[in-house]
Formats: sequence, structure tokens, C-alpha cells
Amino acid sequence: MLKIEGLTASVEGKEVLKGIDLEVPAGEVHAIMGPNGSGKSTLGYVLAGREGYEVTGGTVTFRGEDLLGKEPEERAIAGLFLAFQYPVELPGVGNANFLRQALNSVRRARGEPEVDAMQFLKLVRAKVKALGMSDEMLKRYVNVGFSGGEKKRNEILQMAVLEPAFCILDETDSGLDIDALRIVADGVNALRSPERGMLVITHYQRLLDYIVPDRVHVLLNGRIVRSGGPDLALELEEKGYGEFQEAA
Amino acid sequence: MNAPVVVPAVAPAVAALLDRHAGLKDRLPGARVAWVEAWRHRGAEAFRAGGFPTKRVEAWKYTDLSPLRETRFEEALVATDAHPALPAEAGGEEARIVLLDGRFRADLSQLDTLPDGVRIDSLAALLGVGDAALRDILGAIAPADLPLAGLNAALAEDGVVIRVAPGVAAGRVRIVSLGTAPDGHAVAFHPRNLVVLGAGASLTLLDGAHGAGKGVYWHNAVTEIALGEGARLTHVRLQDEARDAFHTALVAVRVAAKAEYDSFTLVRGARLARNEVHAVLAGPKAALHLNGAQLVDGDRHADTTTVIDHAAPECESNQTVKTVLAGRARGVFQGKIHVRQVAQKTDGYQMNQALLLSPEAEINAKPQLEIYADDVKCSHGATVGELDHDQLFYLRSRGIPEVEAKSMLVQAFLTDAVSLVSDEALRETLLAATDAWWDGVEHPA
Repeated sequence: MLKIEGLTASVEGKEVLKGIDLEVPAGEVHAIMGPNGSGKSTLGYVLAGREGYEVTGGTVTFRGEDLLGKEPEERAIAGLFLAFQYPVELPGVGNANFLRQALNSVRRARGEPEVDAMQFLKLVRAKVKALGMSDEMLKRYVNVGFSGGEKKRNEILQMAVLEPAFCILDETDSGLDIDALRIVADGVNALRSPERGMLVITHYQRLLDYIVPDRVHVLLNGRIVRSGGPDLALELEEKGYGEFQEAA
Repeated sequence: MNAPVVVPAVAPAVAALLDRHAGLKDRLPGARVAWVEAWRHRGAEAFRAGGFPTKRVEAWKYTDLSPLRETRFEEALVATDAHPALPAEAGGEEARIVLLDGRFRADLSQLDTLPDGVRIDSLAALLGVGDAALRDILGAIAPADLPLAGLNAALAEDGVVIRVAPGVAAGRVRIVSLGTAPDGHAVAFHPRNLVVLGAGASLTLLDGAHGAGKGVYWHNAVTEIALGEGARLTHVRLQDEARDAFHTALVAVRVAAKAEYDSFTLVRGARLARNEVHAVLAGPKAALHLNGAQLVDGDRHADTTTVIDHAAPECESNQTVKTVLAGRARGVFQGKIHVRQVAQKTDGYQMNQALLLSPEAEINAKPQLEIYADDVKCSHGATVGELDHDQLFYLRSRGIPEVEAKSMLVQAFLTDAVSLVSDEALRETLLAATDAWWDGVEHPA
């Protein structure tokens, strides 16, 4: 579903990704683990098409099409979703309006009928409830005045509404207490399906207790230095990244 | 030895307009009424003295009137019988006043539903009979030394006079002012409107200036507003002139004790627009809200200049003005707040913010606070910025196309100004107007 080959990228002239090879088939959840500064978030942003992240080499194909030539909105329409580590506040943009605009943009691009305000509320309310959020959060401006946990839930809510084919979760566990983590993980797990791929970017193994990955990759200095099954996460938790650093 | 008398040279464009006044003055309404004639004469002299202000005049530092000065406009008193379609916004059930090229058109207006105690008349008709009730208001609220307002007095053919008797709740009234340029001629019109609310009266006035065609015209309007004690006027103005029109408007308002003037002005049309407001808080505990938004694109120029005069104690004034600029547009905000020594316990707030959508757009903002009282609370702020890249990426990453994402952020920028309009239907009208503006903006590929 997502195939990355020899991907190199730089930020402000500094090479951060130094040749990534990674393939995530539909139905699988892969985890990317690594210490701060290893290039984890950069990988997420490069895949989502953020300005200022310059691809210097390699290819990414998503559902059989070149991904890197697409605009950010085209990637979203193609089914890619990035849950931000630091969700952006949008003062003056109502959360419900934002979600509906996003959903209708995606539906419109896919030739599906748009949903009106009433249909949308019906659809979104159930998802809001499942994520332990209140309807009141739909009326507020996007992420404005939200706690760290509320922002992360709001990311998962967007994911649940848009039902993307592929989800990238960037440090979704950071800033969450254990109850919130469980709720967010439940929300993510509910979206696991044989048609959907996921890439879970995390620093800690903790999240992977709740979202159990099929494969774990260790990212160090812009390269994947080791890949393995779910047990690799446990090994990392025990030994830390030091051993891999030596290997790299 | 006597010094030689220096007669200041009058610019040809000014002289031409003064000649027009001289030629027309015997035919203008109220020509045989002494006090009307005196009012017109004072106006003509103010225009003679000031002419078309140049950028050397402080109040016009950022607005160049030379395109206006250089345009030759046709004679006034050319009545059009055309009935252009009224703008879609002019629907609804409320009372409606239609001004066509500055002339009150009873045949297009809808005034059957006015409650008792509300009078709406053509200015020309009242001047024609020398209605003495206007004598103390006409020209008494607008500052005497503004040249374009002076020209308005010298040449005003018509306008609307709205009077609400004390204690009467007049509901909602709509003014639809349509500018046309018949047969491709450039026309100028100078309507003078009066709004007088008696003590405790209230009125919501939706005041729209629209262009009916693609022609060139100059709409030079003066509206004088007198609010009696405890009166309340909600004044929502929509400036949606034709693209090539010139719009110079002066609103002069006097707010008596405990009265409230609550206004919002949306500026989105005309090639050159000046929206000038002079407000006097004349009695204790008067309140003023002078909010607005300017949406400017292409090569257009929009100027909002306001003067708030706190002339009595315990008054409140609030002002939030937002300007969105695209293309090579130019925007101006000049906001002066004058707190006189007598105006203790004044509560004043002013915020002006500009959003630049293009590197070639430009805003000139000049807040000015002059405070002569020592026990006041006055704050002001100004920001200039562009769209936030992180916000734009966030929206796009959710599948929202770039142009739509920008539109959402522009709306968001305007939200805290537009939300100050408490009437929901009017707020919707304004939001629809901002959408329509955005649809007309050229978006670089």
C-alpha cells in the first residue's frame, strides 16, 4: 500500500532522512521507533507534503501512484492521513465546520455526494462519544483552548470521520495520561481493518501495548537500522537505543 | 503700503465643480429657502478652500484622489428612468428605501409597513418646502471644514430623511443605494441623508451601496445622524459599489447621553473608497461601536478613517476593524480617539488588524490617541500579518483545497469583527458578502 524506496530529505539544508526503505501492506500496522532527532517526525511530514521538507532522492508510491508529486490535499484525497504530534490551533474556525469541510472535500474529490449539516452531526456525534469527547468540543474553535489530550483525541476524531486508507500517527501518545491513551488507542484500533494501513511513530514502547504493531522499525540518524516483530519494541524498552546507536 | 492680495489658485477640477454649483444652485431643491442656500454656500466655500485634498493633507496622507480628480463627470440633474434590478440582498419584508444615483425613488421603495412615529421622506421634498425641522440638523453634525462633505452640500439633489419619534421602536429599515452609469457616462451624485432618533427610540438600519452596472460613477454621500437621549441605532453598512466606481462617504453621528450607536461597515467594492466616520459622544454614558471590515483586491484602494470624540464623561467606545488585502490592493486605517478633559471615566478600545494575502498588497495603519482627561481607560492595538503556513498546511492535509483553506482562514480572521453584529440575519448577509468577495478574487496559480 505504501512503498518507500531510498528516500532522502533535508530540512533547511540539513539532511535528515538518509535513505529510507519501508513497505507497509494494507491491513498491517507498522511502528517506527527512535530517539529524538532520528527523523521520525520528518518522515511523517515528508509523506504528508509539508512545505520546507525537501525531498532530495528516492520514491514513495502510495496505492500504486507516485505520492511525492502530489499537493498535501491531493494526498489526503488519495487516502493518506497524518495525525499531528502538535495539532494546529485554528482560532475562528469552528471544529464542526472544519470537520465537515474536510469530509466534503474528500467526498467531492472522490465523486461521492456531500453531507449536509444535519447528516454530518448525526455521523459525527457517535464518533465523538466513542472517543470520550463532548459535543461541546465540536462548537469550539479547532484545538483552541484544548488540553494536550483533547487535541490528540481531536486528531483521532478527524481520522474517524475521514476514514482514510492509510494513517500516520506522529507521537500520538505524547502528553496523554494512561486513561486518555487507552481511549485514543481504542479509537485507533477501531479503525484497523484489512483495507487500511497504519504507521505509528513513537518514542516509547508504551503506546504499542495498546496498538499492537505487526512490524517494528528502529529509526536512527535518518536510517532504519533494524526491523522486527512486536517483540523488538520490548527489547528496545529494556535496552534503550544505545546498543543500536553503536551498531549504526 | 498694502500687501498684495493673494488669491489662492483654484485647481481646474475644483473650479469646474464650483461652476457647476453656481450654475445649478437656483435649480437645486430649497433654492429659494434662505437657510438652505446658506448651507449650500458654506459647503461650496469649504470645497473651494480644501478642494480635492492631496496627500500633503494629514487626513489624506495615504489616499491619492488624483484618479477621482482627473475623471470628468457628467452634469448632475440628469434623471435616469432606468430600473436596474435591485440586488438580491434587497429582498425581505422590512421597509425599503431605494436611492437611484442618489435620488430617492418612492416608486421603488417599500414604505407601507412603517410603524406610527416613523417618517421617511425625500430630502429634496423637505428642502423644497423649507422644512424648518431640518434646519438645526442639516450641516450641523458633519464637521464644517471637510471639502468633500462641503461639495456634497453644494450639489446634493436628494437623499433620505429618516425620523423616529421619541420612544418608538422602528424595527428594521433598509436603504438600497444603487449607482448606475447610464450610457457609459461617468456620473457623480452627492446624496445627503439624515437619521434622527428621538429620546429612547430605536432603529436597525441596513445601509447598502451597490453598483448596478460596470460604469464609472462617483458616489459622494454624507449621512448625518442625531441620536436623542437613550436612543439606539444599529447601523450595518455594506459598501458594494461597482468595480470602477469611486466611493467617498462621510457618516457624522452625534450620540446623546445613554444613547448607543452600534455600527458595522463592510467595505468590498469600488476602485477607490474612503469611508470616513466622525462620531461625537456628546452626553454622559453614551456608547459607540465602530466596527468593520475592508476586503480589497486587485488594484483597488480602500480607506477607513474615523474620528471618535469623547466629549462627555463615562462614555464607552469600541472599535475593531479588519482589513484583508489581495493582489496589489492598498488599504488604509486611520483611527483617532480624542478624549477631552471633561470626558473622565472614558472607556475606549481600538483594534485594527490587517491580513496581507499577497506580497504586493499594502496597508497603512495609523492609530491616534489624544487624551486630555486623567481618569480614563483606553487601549489600542494593531497587527499586520499574512496567512499562517502551519494553519494552511493543517487544513490542506485534511483534503481541503488550498483556495478553500485560505478562504476559511480569511473568514476566521474576520470572525471576531463580524461576530460583533448581533443581528443574525445581518451577520449572515455580511458573511455571504465576504464569500462573494472571495469568489471574485484572482488567485495566483
